[in-house]
Amino acid sequence: MAMDRWRLGAPERRQLDETPLVLIADTAHGPRIEAANRAGAAAGARAGMMLADARTLCPEIATAPSDPAGDLAFLEKLAVWAQRWGPWSAMDAPDGLLVDVTAVPHLFGGEEKLVADVAAAFARRELAVRCAIAPTAGAAWALSHYAASGTILGACDDAEARLGELPVAALRLDQDVVTVLRRLGLKKLGELTTIGRDAIQRRFRNRKSPAANPLIRLDQLLGLVPEPLLPVVPQQMPLVQRRLLEPIRHRQLLDQVVSDLADDMARELEGRGEGARRLEIGLWRVDGEVTVRRLELAAATREAAHIVRLFASKLDDIDAGFGIEMLRLRASWAEPLALDQGDIEAAAETHGIALSALVDRLAVRLGAQAVTRPVPFASHIPERAQRWQPPLEPEPASQGQLAFHKRPLKLLDKAERIAVLYATPDGYPQRFRWRGEVHEVNRVEGPERIAPEWWRERGATRLRDYYRIEDQRGRRYWIYRLGIVGDGRGGAPDWYLQGLSA
Amino acid sequence: MTQPDLASLPITAFEDVATLSARRSARWRPGLAAMQGKALHSEIFASSREAAGAGAALALALDDWRCAPRADGQEAEDRRGVLWVQTREAARLGGRPYRAGLPQDLQGRVIHVLAEKAEDALFALEEGLRCRELAFVIGEVAGNPKALDFTASRRLTLTAQKHGVPLFLLRIDATRDLSSARMRWDVTCAPSAAPEWNAQAPGDPAWKAELFRARSHAPGEWILAEKDAQLTAGKTRENADRAVANWTAGLQHRRMPRRA
Repeated sequence: MAMDRWRLGAPERRQLDETPLVLIADTAHGPRIEAANRAGAAAGARAGMMLADARTLCPEIATAPSDPAGDLAFLEKLAVWAQRWGPWSAMDAPDGLLVDVTAVPHLFGGEEKLVADVAAAFARRELAVRCAIAPTAGAAWALSHYAASGTILGACDDAEARLGELPVAALRLDQDVVTVLRRLGLKKLGELTTIGRDAIQRRFRNRKSPAANPLIRLDQLLGLVPEPLLPVVPQQMPLVQRRLLEPIRHRQLLDQVVSDLADDMARELEGRGEGARRLEIGLWRVDGEVTVRRLELAAATREAAHIVRLFASKLDDIDAGFGIEMLRLRASWAEPLALDQGDIEAAAETHGIALSALVDRLAVRLGAQAVTRPVPFASHIPERAQRWQPPLEPEPASQGQLAFHKRPLKLLDKAERIAVLYATPDGYPQRFRWRGEVHEVNRVEGPERIAPEWWRERGATRLRDYYRIEDQRGRRYWIYRLGIVGDGRGGAPDWYLQGLSA
Repeated sequence: MTQPDLASLPITAFEDVATLSARRSARWRPGLAAMQGKALHSEIFASSREAAGAGAALALALDDWRCAPRADGQEAEDRRGVLWVQTREAARLGGRPYRAGLPQDLQGRVIHVLAEKAEDALFALEEGLRCRELAFVIGEVAGNPKALDFTASRRLTLTAQKHGVPLFLLRIDATRDLSSARMRWDVTCAPSAAPEWNAQAPGDPAWKAELFRARSHAPGEWILAEKDAQLTAGKTRENADRAVANWTAGLQHRRMPRRA
């Protein structure tokens, strides 16, 4: 299919049909062949071969780069297109499609005519196709790949007998499993059952994925176990745009157009029962420049006034140049939103604003990093035991805290060094200087020893002894000593003040 | 024009029963929110060298929150969040809130906003006050920034009143300037009570709080402390009573008339 798509790209490429041609991808070991056309295959090139090997077989081989991402996108479009034969289709990357034609064939006049219609439609698009109809997706895949094109396996046919003639590769197994089966002498599907199910079960009992276990694939082929498939559902982004007769250069007009767009978008979203989480506005200038501004919302909304208000500050630094001739607003991320949401802006006048709207407004003006929520993190080190995350996200699961460890109300961004003037023999400071003022320690509790996290730190990190102290005027602090004398990890220990207690 | 002879009036007439009861109600005391509603805009002056301001603000806010009567339509359990706005300067001086050290009720509810400038902090505070999904709003502003003038503080008061969300604005290392706050406190740390098990250890926090300006209360000074999730207020000065009496009567300090 990759080759067909490449050929369709430009008319002059059709002339290459008769010459050997391969599509290559660059790998660590040199170019590798991804696909070959009919002439190339006849000359000996196969997918998966190195280009150098193919060149030894056929020196005049022509090459072109392959485009796997483009192929996938093309396949996705093709899957939607293929829904003309059934209500439901799924991609089978890299080059297959599965269409559910249950209760459909009579619309085309029978299964034979349906297959003929498929062949004709693909021929019109100049795509080579092999198709098959079978009761299960696995059987259809096997027949389309390893039987004659257009094979139809009816519900009343003997599936086991007809599929038994196919090679084991028809089971959609990994290449190494196929090799194992070949070495065991099992070349056809029918032979798998001859040695008994238990024998295969023993050989592959630790393979859980269907692609590695022939028994699961066999059961899927015969419809004994269900095989979930991911259908392709065509989805359109809500998109509204305005082309302007007269390019606009002034902010006031821009605001008017943005507000119109927001109204359109709100209608569009309301019709779909959705709310926007991310919005992109694109401004096409007369001189060909395009400016895009993005907006992310904390909760789904389709409130035009709210959107306009949030965009207003984003559009402050727009350079209109000779004028803007087109605006396009796109909701690249939308979430279902029930229809009962009230008018946020009008409600704000009387009822205040909602928390999500508050977070949006703060994040737009102050930046998303400025609005956060503290969440616990599994660590003993105090400054690491707290992280900041976006405020409306769910909290991560965490262990409960130890209730007997009192923690300070506030933690300094960075622990500040204190100068100890006089230390008691017990080890804690009796008098120290912090930010230019001398504190006399009256009461103390500690130490609480917090060892470095050896699975994170370097070996030379020292332990910390924390003390809760209260000074002569009742001010309560959390101080620690970094290291102990004679721990062999540096000189005399330093003292730091890290937290302020209420 | 003849002056009425003040000395001839009996003192009890001046301080009659109504005045006495007014004196009682004029005093601020913990749990007052049950009768008078929450204090909607308070300013708390504190030093950056201690967390007394934040501690007292939380204690006052929680006291109001627990004592305020619950409206009919409200949920039995209040799950609303708390907005804590700091300017970068305030965060640098006094540190940021530490989740494990917050009161148990608040640990999962704090939404923290770090504002670069005082203008941004005021914007965040005002937006927060308009949000009824918040239990209260705490602001921390260092010094006396130009943006925080009387107009700005009046705006905050009006917004808080309109939407009923209390604001506790911490003024870190600030001088007492003009403001329209309903209650203005000056808070410093006080030595804590000795805990039950280890008398050498710092106990439950205590603060020396001076209410130096309030709209509906007499000024006064208390030792605030939190015990078993209850705010308690102890007396510091005996002569506070007289100040209250005069404040209620709207008079300057009056000397006792000398009997002939």
